[in-house]
Amino acid sequence: MKKNHVVEFLRNNMVPIMFIIICAICIYLSGFSWSYLLNQVVTRMGRNIFLILSLLIPIMAGMGLNFGMTLGAMAGEIALILVADWQIWGIPGVVLAMLLSIPLSVLLGLMCGKLMNMAKGREMITGYILNYFMGGLYLLVVLYMMGPIIPIKHTSIRLPRGFGVRTTTDLSNMRQCLDNQWALTIGGVKIPLLTFAIIGLLCLFIVWFRKTKLGQDMRAVGQDMEVARDAGIKVERTRIISIIMSTVFAGFGMIIYLQNIGNFPTYTAHTQIGMFCIAALLVGGASVEKASIGNVFLGVILFHTMFIVAPKAGQNLTASPQIGEYFRVFVSYGIITIALVMYEAKKRRTRSGAGALLAQAQQAEKKGGETA
Amino acid sequence: MSKSQERLGQTRFGQLASAYGLPRLIITAFLILLFILAPFSGADFATQISNVIARFSWNAVLVLAMVPMVHSGCGLNFGLQLGILAGLLGSTLSIELGLSGGACFFMAILIATPFAILFGGGYGLLLNRIKGGEMMVATYVGFSSVSFMCMMWLFLPYSNPTIVMAYTGVGLKQTFSLENFYANVLADFLKIDLSSFGINLIIPTGSILFFALLAFLMWAFLHTKTGTAMTAVGSNPTFARASGINIDRSRTLSVILSTWLGAVGILVYQQGFGFLQAYNAPLNMALPAVSAILIGGASVNKASISNVIIGTFLFQGLVTMTPTVMNSMLNVGDMSEVIRVIVSQGMILYALTRKTEGSK
Repeated sequence: MKKNHVVEFLRNNMVPIMFIIICAICIYLSGFSWSYLLNQVVTRMGRNIFLILSLLIPIMAGMGLNFGMTLGAMAGEIALILVADWQIWGIPGVVLAMLLSIPLSVLLGLMCGKLMNMAKGREMITGYILNYFMGGLYLLVVLYMMGPIIPIKHTSIRLPRGFGVRTTTDLSNMRQCLDNQWALTIGGVKIPLLTFAIIGLLCLFIVWFRKTKLGQDMRAVGQDMEVARDAGIKVERTRIISIIMSTVFAGFGMIIYLQNIGNFPTYTAHTQIGMFCIAALLVGGASVEKASIGNVFLGVILFHTMFIVAPKAGQNLTASPQIGEYFRVFVSYGIITIALVMYEAKKRRTRSGAGALLAQAQQAEKKGGETA
Repeated sequence: MSKSQERLGQTRFGQLASAYGLPRLIITAFLILLFILAPFSGADFATQISNVIARFSWNAVLVLAMVPMVHSGCGLNFGLQLGILAGLLGSTLSIELGLSGGACFFMAILIATPFAILFGGGYGLLLNRIKGGEMMVATYVGFSSVSFMCMMWLFLPYSNPTIVMAYTGVGLKQTFSLENFYANVLADFLKIDLSSFGINLIIPTGSILFFALLAFLMWAFLHTKTGTAMTAVGSNPTFARASGINIDRSRTLSVILSTWLGAVGILVYQQGFGFLQAYNAPLNMALPAVSAILIGGASVNKASISNVIIGTFLFQGLVTMTPTVMNSMLNVGDMSEVIRVIVSQGMILYALTRKTEGSK
């Protein structure tokens, strides 16, 4: 009996366990010192957790991994460009950027939610393609509309040709302003307390939100749309709200992420962000239909440990720094593939299971009718 | 009276739009506009036409690779990269064997075939286990296999000095010219070149004939017993099962076909383009092919050869015409990339959100 429990535990947590092993091997091979590693991991936790938390609400509403979170990231970037152009720096700049990103994120989230309602059952691929599509519109805004239509004045932001935004947006006057506020250094490891406090607030909000009427509705919609509709829940509306919330949080997350880094490639900063966030969440043991705050924390720690050590480990092993680079990208893609396959296979199994049950019931009924 | 006529006209326009597809109508109109504007922008009309035809000949086979999987109900092949990787293995091994010219090209197809069957078979079995969710999984199967092969290109013991990295001698080069191998072997066959008459029109007849051959074979296959069964599986799985068709086998076969066409497609692309690109280059090659067939009027569960031809022509026309025309007219820098992204992704988005008849 006890052995069964162990097997069950191993099966349910296969991905994180696999990752712990990979990370352990890579740490050993890389030869990094623990304080360096810890410092890096803590920095990256502050940088990424908020973004990844934004994925939780759509999962709750049964809409899968929100590949459309990139839209929020774009909204955050546009807000940051504007704030940087107005030369409002430091924490006021960050707060203003967050406020500015809200209307943009709501608009984009509304559109994303509406499209996903039109493509029920294909939400993920729709969100994924929507990223690329909006990426094109984003380029149009950043390269051509910023200048003639949206005033951009400052020469450090504007391209020399007179309109459009430079390839790299410099945020050095904003760099780590949140992280340095109330920063605590313990044994050489810098802990950005304010950033963690903000993350903690979001965690509390999510825990509280799950218990509200709307949160319960979302879970009902996630369980079964038809049943939820019969129970009087406005399914479409609930789904749109969940996407809007996710997009707004993703926008905040992107601003926190970028203030930590201190500059961003204007045209491409958002392209990979969704993929890495989703991969990190899945590494933490989440699946397409179930994810918790614990998954987010574990995922960030494991995924980013691998990110830090893999290139160095690869270099030490094969004398080629490229191999580790390719390896970590492969792992990111691979982990998403496995999660998606497991989810789809399970969905299909339950569907055919339900069908078999129905057939059985019908047969039993028939038999009952015959004997009667 | 006039009002009712007007309404009639509107419905007629509406009918036309719905039959031809409104986005396709807009794109066609835009392309015609570009062709009209081309002479005013100072671009040579014949050169433009040659460019469009050349790019059509590079890409058509890759777009054709979408057809079998759409027919069998597996959706759009977002995992086309698997086929492309099989093709890359074929071409690099063929070059490694020391062949050149047409022999190298056909040897590449020959070597790529078993890889395509192997990859496609595994991919097909995987897709059979996740019916209904193919497209998202396919996307990531494509991505992860490309990134896996990135490591393999470094490790595989290639030794031909023209294709391995110059400095270390280990691992494949990122990009290398096919000038000495099979660049333009198809395109130069029966090539029509009017430049000696002062018209810059070049038609790569061989490439187009090769595509026509494959398209004809595809068409013929879809009319055989196996092909009809495949279409039945796609349009009505319940009916197909009732009439004794092995659904999983049909689907796997379609995936293998699609993957093999992807492999041949990338080889045709390389011979036209003149370069072989390894590592991350195949990563984003599936989406242009997907949007091309959708622009041609296909939907998630319906595609024909004519969709392939029209779609590739419209898509490649857009890609080649916008930079030259737009840039010289508007003088705002290179806007073509932005337009290409918006049009192609918008098309995929439109197809995904459209309510399709008989969708599961």
